[in-house]
Formats: sequence, structure tokens, C-alpha cells
Amino acid sequence: MYKVAVIGDSASVMGFASLGLSVFCETESRKVEKLIKRLAENEFAVIYITEPVAVAVRETIGKYRNSRLPSIVLIPAVKGNTGDGMRAVHESVEKAVGSDILKN
Amino acid sequence: MARLNVNPTRMELGKLKKKLQTARRGHKLLKDKCDELMRQFMILIKENRQLRSEVETAVKEADRYMAVAGSVVQREVLETALLLPKQEVELEVTEKNVMSVCIPEFKTKYKTGDSNDIYSYGTAFTSTDLDGAVSALSEVFPKMIRLAEVEKACQLMADEIEKTRRRVNALEHIMIPDYEETIKYITMKLSENERNTTVSLMKVKDMVLKQSHNYH
Repeated sequence: MYKVAVIGDSASVMGFASLGLSVFCETESRKVEKLIKRLAENEFAVIYITEPVAVAVRETIGKYRNSRLPSIVLIPAVKGNTGDGMRAVHESVEKAVGSDILKN
Repeated sequence: MARLNVNPTRMELGKLKKKLQTARRGHKLLKDKCDELMRQFMILIKENRQLRSEVETAVKEADRYMAVAGSVVQREVLETALLLPKQEVELEVTEKNVMSVCIPEFKTKYKTGDSNDIYSYGTAFTSTDLDGAVSALSEVFPKMIRLAEVEKACQLMADEIEKTRRRVNALEHIMIPDYEETIKYITMKLSENERNTTVSLMKVKDMVLKQSHNYH
């Protein structure tokens, strides 16, 4: 059975704990990188990660981009939406089509 | 275009013609694959965008509730209330094959039978805003799972589309023209040889006739 993880600062991820997701309050990029690696090896199928944390570990996230599992999804943090999640969607479009045709 | 480095023989010509045929067929198939992938990708990416904006607004809303809840009661109270959940979510992962791209599909399973069993605390020490935050999150959770699914699918498909398009272009602009040119070169060379032989035969015939019968 696969599990779901949430990574981010404690204020943003606390709510998810009550839903029964595995919550990791971690914001330091080095530790988050290790954490993602560990989660990916340990049957976590989905990892939600807050945008500010995700920015710091972009490379590690990029590594899992083209593997089947885990699916790493950006979510906005308490401090507000930086638009990084949407940008990732546009990146996919750009990669597939050659130019961002959804931009408007 | 570069001509391939092969001997201009009939054997090679036959081989090349077969290769050209295969390349044309492969090109057509890959192009069809790319088109279909692109169609599916466009459908998915639209859903992805929609879902993402929905999830982002919902999470923001929940965060707002959470901020209010955090301001009403102490932080420690909030943490003790939340960090020992009753509920546990597990995922069942199956695979769907879309044009040879393996896309994961998630199915949520809750540990307790009731998926609404999410309030891990008594209501005595926490504010109602916390209830609001938790229920808002649980409402958006199915969408978040679907978002994870769709976003992964989009990423995998984008990768596959890129690869396929490269292959199509390589076949269309390099392999097929190369083969065509080489085939042309060999055909020319062979017919040239043939003419050469005919001419020298005619010449020899003339010489022989001249010698034996003194013809002019």
C-alpha cells in the first residue's frame, strides 16, 4: 500500500495531519532533499510540498519528474501563492508543444 | 544531405530499398502516435490547469482558517490537537497505459470506514476555525489526489511527446532523405556501369568483326 506525504513549514502542513497524511515539518533544503529521497524509496506515491520549500530543492524534484512514482505536487504555503505550481504546468506544455500555447 | 558510405552494388540497393520502406512506415506510425499523444495531452493539461487553480484557492482558504485558529488558541494546543490523527490515508496505485506511456492512477483508502472521521480532537480547547480548516482540507483532498495523478500524467506525456517528436523529425529530415539519396546514387552508378559494359561490348564486337571479316 502506498502512502501520501506532505512537506513544508509547520503552519502550512499541520492541517493535513488530521486527514491522515504523513506530515513532515522540514524546511531546510539539505534535509528536505534527503527526506524526498527516503520517501521515494519507501512507497510514498504522492508527495505534496509547499512552494517555498520546493524552490530550494528544485533539482531533486526535477529528478523525479520523469519517473513513474512518486508524483510530487506543489501546494501554496500559508504565506501565499507564488505561482510556482502553475509554472510547472506551463513547463510541461512548453516541453510537449514547443511553445507555451496556454499562456494568456 | 550526406550519402551513406556503402558499396554501389545490387545487394546494397535491395537492402536500402527495404530499409527505406521500413523507415517510411515507422515515420507514419510515430507521427500518428505523436498526434494522438498530443490530443490526449491537451485534454489532460486543461484538466490539470483547472484542478490546480481550484486546489490552490481551496488550500489558501484552509490556510486562512488555520491562521485564525492559530491566533485564537495557543500554538501548542493546536499542535497537540492535530498531530495525533485518527484517520490514515492509503493509496492503491494502478497503471493505465496511454499510447505506451504508463500513467499511475490513485485510489484512496481510509483506515477507518468513515471518511469523515477527521477530527482528531475534542472541541473543548480549540476554536471552530480549526474545524473549518480541517473540513476545508478534507473537502479538497480528493481533488488534490486527482491533481497528483493528472500532473504526473502530464509530465510523463510531455516527456514522451518530446521523444517521439525527435524520432519523427530524425526519420523525416535525416534518415529518409539519406536513404533516398543513396538509392539514387547506387542506381545511377549501376546504370552507368551497364552503359559502360554495353559500349565496350560493342567496341569489342566491332574489333572482332573487323579482324575476321575485314568489315568496316
